[in-house]
Amino acid sequence: MPSELRPGRRLGSRVGDVTLFAVTGACGLAAVALVVAIAYKVVDGSTLAFSTFGLQFLVEQVWDPVKGEFGALSFIYGTAVTSLIALLIATPLSIGIALYLTELAPRFLRDTIGALVEMLAAIPSVILGLWGILVLGPFMKDHLEPFLQSFLGWLPAFSDTPNAQGILPAAVVLTIMTVPIVASVSRELFQSVPPELKDGALALGATRWEMVRGVTLHYTRPGLAAAVILGLGRALGEAIAVTQVIGGQVGIPRSLFGLGDTMASRIAAQYQGAVSNVQVSSLFYLAAILLAFSLVVNVIAQLIVRRFEFQHTGGS
Amino acid sequence: MAADDEAQGLFVVDGRLRRRRIVNRVMEALATLAALVAVALLVIVVVSVVKNGWDALSVSFFTETPTFSALGESGGGIANSIVGSLILVTLATLFALPVGVLTAIYVSELAPRSVANVIRLALDVTNGLPTIVVGIFVFSAIVISRGQSALAGSFALAIIALPLIARSTQEVLRLVPPSLREAGLALGAPRWRTILGVVLPTSMGGILTGTTLAIARIAGETAPLLFTTSLAAMTVMWDPRDPVQSMPLTIFQYIEQPDPSYHAKAWATGAVLLAFVLVLSLCSKFFLARSRRRLSG
Repeated sequence: MPSELRPGRRLGSRVGDVTLFAVTGACGLAAVALVVAIAYKVVDGSTLAFSTFGLQFLVEQVWDPVKGEFGALSFIYGTAVTSLIALLIATPLSIGIALYLTELAPRFLRDTIGALVEMLAAIPSVILGLWGILVLGPFMKDHLEPFLQSFLGWLPAFSDTPNAQGILPAAVVLTIMTVPIVASVSRELFQSVPPELKDGALALGATRWEMVRGVTLHYTRPGLAAAVILGLGRALGEAIAVTQVIGGQVGIPRSLFGLGDTMASRIAAQYQGAVSNVQVSSLFYLAAILLAFSLVVNVIAQLIVRRFEFQHTGGS
Repeated sequence: MAADDEAQGLFVVDGRLRRRRIVNRVMEALATLAALVAVALLVIVVVSVVKNGWDALSVSFFTETPTFSALGESGGGIANSIVGSLILVTLATLFALPVGVLTAIYVSELAPRSVANVIRLALDVTNGLPTIVVGIFVFSAIVISRGQSALAGSFALAIIALPLIARSTQEVLRLVPPSLREAGLALGAPRWRTILGVVLPTSMGGILTGTTLAIARIAGETAPLLFTTSLAAMTVMWDPRDPVQSMPLTIFQYIEQPDPSYHAKAWATGAVLLAFVLVLSLCSKFFLARSRRRLSG
């Protein structure tokens, strides 16, 4: 028998295979266990607050460390409003950027501008927050908010005195953070549209915009929804930049110029100041709500993406 | 006649076609404007950071530790933050890189499909977690019992880096041609040697890309550090069992100070951090292009 086929050699390779399988499998398992551990620890930490306040926590506006009374409503409101405004601005902007990059940009600009947009995503949030409070905030207070007020001042949302901090500057900073994510996913989606469909529309006499509306946007609609939801996930969870610009005030402001706070931002702002067990536990409660939001958002986005891929690769 | 008109309809410039063309032009202009806005935003942010930080930048800014005067002014440099950031990022990479690469090997090469899907979902969920939640998790898992340390902070950063490294490794493993694996197996090499000796070296470029990208990302993270390594002494700390100061945290804390001298330091620290992060993400683009070219060419 040739030496290569002797059982000893085979045993050696089997041990190697099993070892590699076990080691890599353990790492894979660790990745799953990590998610479970995070969920467990966060929920476990919030039990004290949950047993004290129950679901009432979700509808209370108070955050009073002295009296030991805590509620999340103003932060849920702040998170929802800032994220929604951010998405309202970011979605058309990102789709426009992606369309420009796939349909309009000359070849030599395409990669450069694409890279610049991705670089926008690389700016650390703390730097965006720094810029937000020292550059954007004063600009909004002196120019943008009075400008909005002169047109829309009759709406309660634009009624208060312009402010350098508050809901609106936070929403603008979040917009800047979500645009590159939504734009790069949209760009990939648009590139996946079969050229024969686009050529077909153009050959039928459609203008470029009609082709985009009828073919590109129609074909990628579910994917675009997923891209926007991913952007929402980013906006919901951003803590640092929002803490720096939103003003950190409890309560639901009457107008978008008012100060507010989001869940993530409230947790970040309390890192030195949590005094009692109930307060720490209330922060965990906030984190648990945030975790639930982000889980739902991510799973929905993943489901849409998978179904989209499944449909467009013919189910293979 | 009527049929003739219809046939010509597309080629005659009538009012409707003119309107369609105008709509087309407007939409093209709006898309171009959107791209311009994005580029302008990047330029505005980068220019304001560099412009405002420039004056405070000097050699001593990199070599000295912070000093505080009785009048509430800030002096000195950020040597402690730079060293701290380097320690945190290095440790986090050491934690996340092997686990991420091995997980990716398991998912792409070895795992049964259903298990692979579960792990992939777990990685996606980890990637989508708010970073402040990661910070809270490490606070509850490590800091409550053992106190703050650079180790705890880098563990939190590693959780953020893990899905990034694992995903980019998976993507590059998918690009490795099956013929290479088959060649290895056909030569009689066992599976583990084929993977470690043929597949993995071929995908080094992609792994490098993902790791660089992950380092760029975690170097700028603040939220996971707040609860894990924020209460640091203002001197250069080398021991990872102690809490260390870091550049993002310095910016975050200085901006809350009332004195403008702190704001100048915050801008300058921002300039250093931004330069570091942007250079790293440029490097990762370069690595990506190179490894794509190699694998496809």
